[in-house]
Amino acid sequence: MASRTVIGELKKIQILELLEQGKRIDGRALDEPREISIEINAIPKANGSARIFLGDTEVVCGVKIQPDRPFPDMGDKGIFICTAELLPLSHPTVETGPPQPHVIELARVTDRGIRESHMVDVSQLVIEKDKSVVGVFADIVVIDYDGNLFDACSYAATAALLTSKTPKWTMVDDKVTRVDEDETPLPTTTIPVSVTMGKIGNHIIVDPNGDEWASMDARITITSDSDGNICALQKGGTDGFTQDEIIQCGELSVRIGAKIREKLKESQQESQ
Amino acid sequence: MGGQDATMVLLDENGIRCDGRKIDEPRRIMIKAGGLKNADGSAYIEFGDNKILVGVFGPRDVHPKHMSDTDTGILRVRYHMEPFSVSDRKNPAPSRREIEISKVIKEALEPAVMLEKFPRTAVDVFIEVLQADGGTRCAALSAASVALADAGIPMRDMVAACASGKVADTIVLDVNNEEDQAGQADMPIGYMPSLEKITLLQLDGVLSPEEYKKCVEVGVNGCKIVYELQKKALNDKYFGTKSD
Repeated sequence: MASRTVIGELKKIQILELLEQGKRIDGRALDEPREISIEINAIPKANGSARIFLGDTEVVCGVKIQPDRPFPDMGDKGIFICTAELLPLSHPTVETGPPQPHVIELARVTDRGIRESHMVDVSQLVIEKDKSVVGVFADIVVIDYDGNLFDACSYAATAALLTSKTPKWTMVDDKVTRVDEDETPLPTTTIPVSVTMGKIGNHIIVDPNGDEWASMDARITITSDSDGNICALQKGGTDGFTQDEIIQCGELSVRIGAKIREKLKESQQESQ
Repeated sequence: MGGQDATMVLLDENGIRCDGRKIDEPRRIMIKAGGLKNADGSAYIEFGDNKILVGVFGPRDVHPKHMSDTDTGILRVRYHMEPFSVSDRKNPAPSRREIEISKVIKEALEPAVMLEKFPRTAVDVFIEVLQADGGTRCAALSAASVALADAGIPMRDMVAACASGKVADTIVLDVNNEEDQAGQADMPIGYMPSLEKITLLQLDGVLSPEEYKKCVEVGVNGCKIVYELQKKALNDKYFGTKSD
């Protein structure tokens, strides 16, 4: 996403000059995320779905819930898997073919944030121990790119999972059988919220947009849960952070995350 | 590592961990600079039961050419685990995990290496994990820094790495494989001690804000221990100050 151009270089200088005056290129405060708009149940054929705009970044997450075999060492737990993909229509530099390292990182960081928060209560997703469990697959696609895919993907997956309904299965004559047409909300324990911060020069900014993303020296994505604990983190980019900055980013992520969590809760309630 | 006792005591009443270490004690670390004949620089590290070899080539021509940058050299890192390095055979093809680790190690090294001195070239870092036992990315990053220095590539600082984590409700240094599997949190840290900058940081597991702060602190202290051993490895090779 960071192909270097003359215009890109000029923009970077402009962004840095503005930051020296405490301003951002799109007029936001340094700790202000972009407007988030959430459309729940955008894909009715999925068991849960959400279409998210984070500024001009647009992603869709669909959750599919189906019986699956458990992992060999986890017979008493259901399966949760989250993937993310950049569609070729999202940006001119995206090519088809095997995923690039930055896309693999995006998918793994998004998965880790939700997994490590223990949001999806996999202990409740067992049909028969060691034989059959419920698999929850949250697949995210990026539709349009304007920076900070980490948070957009995380919010889309979280919003989709919060509003997912799971069918019920049971074992009949050693066969997994759908019980009835009833669907119950997917069991969840917490609402993880990821907050990505960029470092440009010595300035830390929340939710970098596309231009800021291309100008960043380093970034850090921190996921916090409903109790205000930090449950996952990923640093990236070609510069480092001081110890103080890392602590500051931790505090920022919990504070900003709490506001975004309210937004996710609202959309969950509206969908009911 | 398969077949571990689920009731294993991770931390006993005397503050001793499952492998006999204290909470702020790293595993046995041995770093050797050099060792490979053909590589421009190399290093070997034993970090507990981890055994990792790193070879560095370059600065050299970039292939494919379109990857080269006219303003700066580029750093390429491949982290790879041998099929026999873990208890169940690992598929030799690079996994998504390995691709992600390659990327975070690359980004952890970039601030240290003065790539701008070598435009249009590439520095290749090949990391081969011969045996893995938890904390390979930190061990690999520490060894890669030594291998880059051994290759004579100008650097601003070395990156030392060590993990901290939460085991049995306690923040501990250098989480081993058993603790990683059964523990509550794992935070690998890469740190440039002279520049006081954190260049690699990941976390999985739940930490309160206070524990988070403590974890960073403990990890950075671990990095400082590793840093001394990195310097010793280079000293041993180039100034023959073999002290043991």
